[in-house]
Amino acid sequence: MSSEILLDVQNLVVKFPVFGGVLLRRVGEVEAVKGISFQLNRGETLGLVGESGCGKTTVGRAIINILRAMSYRVEISGKVLYRTDSGVIDLLPLTRTQMRPYRAGIQMVFQDPYSSLNPRKTVDQIVGEPLRIHTEMTRAERADRVRWLLEKVGLSARHVNRYPHEFSGGQRQRIGIARALATNPKIVIADEPVSALDVSIQAQVINVMQDLQEEFGLSYIFIAHDLSVVRHISNRIAVMSWGNIVEIGPAEQIYKHPQHPYSQTLLAAAPRPDPAYRRRRTS
Amino acid sequence: MNELLAIRGLRTYFHTESGVAKAVDGVDLDIAQGEVLGLVGESGSGKSVTALSILRLIPDPPGRIVAGDILFKGRDLLKLSWDDIREIRGNAISMVFQEPMTSLNPVFTIGMQVMEVIQAHEKVSRREAHRRAVDILTEVGIPDPEQRMKQYPHHFSGGQRQRVMIAIALVLNPSLLIADEPTTALDVTIQAQILDLMLEMKARRAGASILLITHNLAVVAETCDRVAVMYGGKIQEVAPIDTLFKTPFHPYTHGLLGSIPSVEGPKARRLTVIPGSVPDIHQLPVGCKFVTRCPYAFEPCPDNEPPLIEESPGHWVRCHLYPHGGKAAI
Repeated sequence: MSSEILLDVQNLVVKFPVFGGVLLRRVGEVEAVKGISFQLNRGETLGLVGESGCGKTTVGRAIINILRAMSYRVEISGKVLYRTDSGVIDLLPLTRTQMRPYRAGIQMVFQDPYSSLNPRKTVDQIVGEPLRIHTEMTRAERADRVRWLLEKVGLSARHVNRYPHEFSGGQRQRIGIARALATNPKIVIADEPVSALDVSIQAQVINVMQDLQEEFGLSYIFIAHDLSVVRHISNRIAVMSWGNIVEIGPAEQIYKHPQHPYSQTLLAAAPRPDPAYRRRRTS
Repeated sequence: MNELLAIRGLRTYFHTESGVAKAVDGVDLDIAQGEVLGLVGESGSGKSVTALSILRLIPDPPGRIVAGDILFKGRDLLKLSWDDIREIRGNAISMVFQEPMTSLNPVFTIGMQVMEVIQAHEKVSRREAHRRAVDILTEVGIPDPEQRMKQYPHHFSGGQRQRVMIAIALVLNPSLLIADEPTTALDVTIQAQILDLMLEMKARRAGASILLITHNLAVVAETCDRVAVMYGGKIQEVAPIDTLFKTPFHPYTHGLLGSIPSVEGPKARRLTVIPGSVPDIHQLPVGCKFVTRCPYAFEPCPDNEPPLIEESPGHWVRCHLYPHGGKAAI
């Protein structure tokens, strides 16, 4: 793994306004992300862990710059420096149109494979859509690439004309991954990609994500609350609490010797699939 | 063993437009007095339907318990009148559900909801019911319970709501608590607190048993005395907790244990995978339910359902690899 920095987040702050009263005036704000900084290297997986409400999802959304579209008058400051072939650019101030060329390089996989795929579109349309937006490919070229992508994520290319409801949860998540990979991204932000799946299916999807990472040299930001899954897939881990990164470092170091009290609490609370551990904890 | 609950040949079917879904198809399960039994399975395995069948909470139509006995302290719950089963619910057997957000009524105060259970089952004064509600809320660790009784569910966090649910479930000191994914919707630190609370509450009630339903084997490892693994509407393996994690017999249990990454110990580069996906409940295989995904499947598996046999003392498995006292083949 080279240590080339692909993404450099500097002092990111996100504040959501709170509106109240009869006239819905701004009565306060929630500081969801309180000035965090981290870097993502090429080819690595950075795990972002924390409990609900810690701001981990907001960080992911800030990076791909969709917060302004999602939330009225959200205040964002800091820098999200993204390395492209032609130099380093700060993504945060970009408008939607300005952002478009970079969106192909940073893609997202969502938690809920049921609501993140349009039920009225076929797999062909779903996976082909980013190609239609971001590339000049002809219809036939797109169809070829969609088939190729489906096979890459372990689905059959014969399924291109099916609709999402014809697939199981794990298969849908593979479709979501194929869509994210369509434009050859450098960075994939995966927000709880396996937490809605059954245990026996989680492992399949994690393995597919690791295989694809190796094959295409992808960098992942893997956002999750499941500490065992995060440990398995991540090279480095950032532990978040109340909008701050309280600890960041190599995965093994954080799991073996957590420094921050919050990381220690979080790790101690994680259940182990080992009955012997219970006795250690309670005795 | 001193049986509190004995389920025999339970079959609960759902009649839907796409055919008959055999959600629970011949389940035998015992819960001993004072034990914590884990019922583990993936979505669609029939674990929740088993739990709902015990309290006769299956919506009919489309669901119906078509066969079986559920003996609770010697009485068959499936033969009780509606009034008799109501007397048991919340009193002798109570239940905690997954969603602490939806299982409390948003328009009543917490106090009213705790007191309702007491007054529904016992002839006590309002004052007495109030006193007992305060006591149980104190016991489950709700600070300032007198004040909090006057508040509504939305004033409580997810973890606190689950504490309230446990208070409601345990206020009448039931012999059996059925907890259906009680911590799935909660954060890890809160999950640990709620599991500890359940075990503490049980320890203070001599002889009380818990049936813990979950998809999470790590949660089972931390809390249960024995485990039953369900798949395709059937119990596939039952064993004491240490035995199941040390020497699992069923290929499905093997697969499940292999597919969980660990938070400590050496890190596997790749996770072991159970291929395929959970079969459609309308079209379960005729023979072994796991045959479509089993790496060890051989000729008897597709057509003959293996029986659940006691392969070693207390360790039951439903698999052709273990023909009546044969040697472990895995």
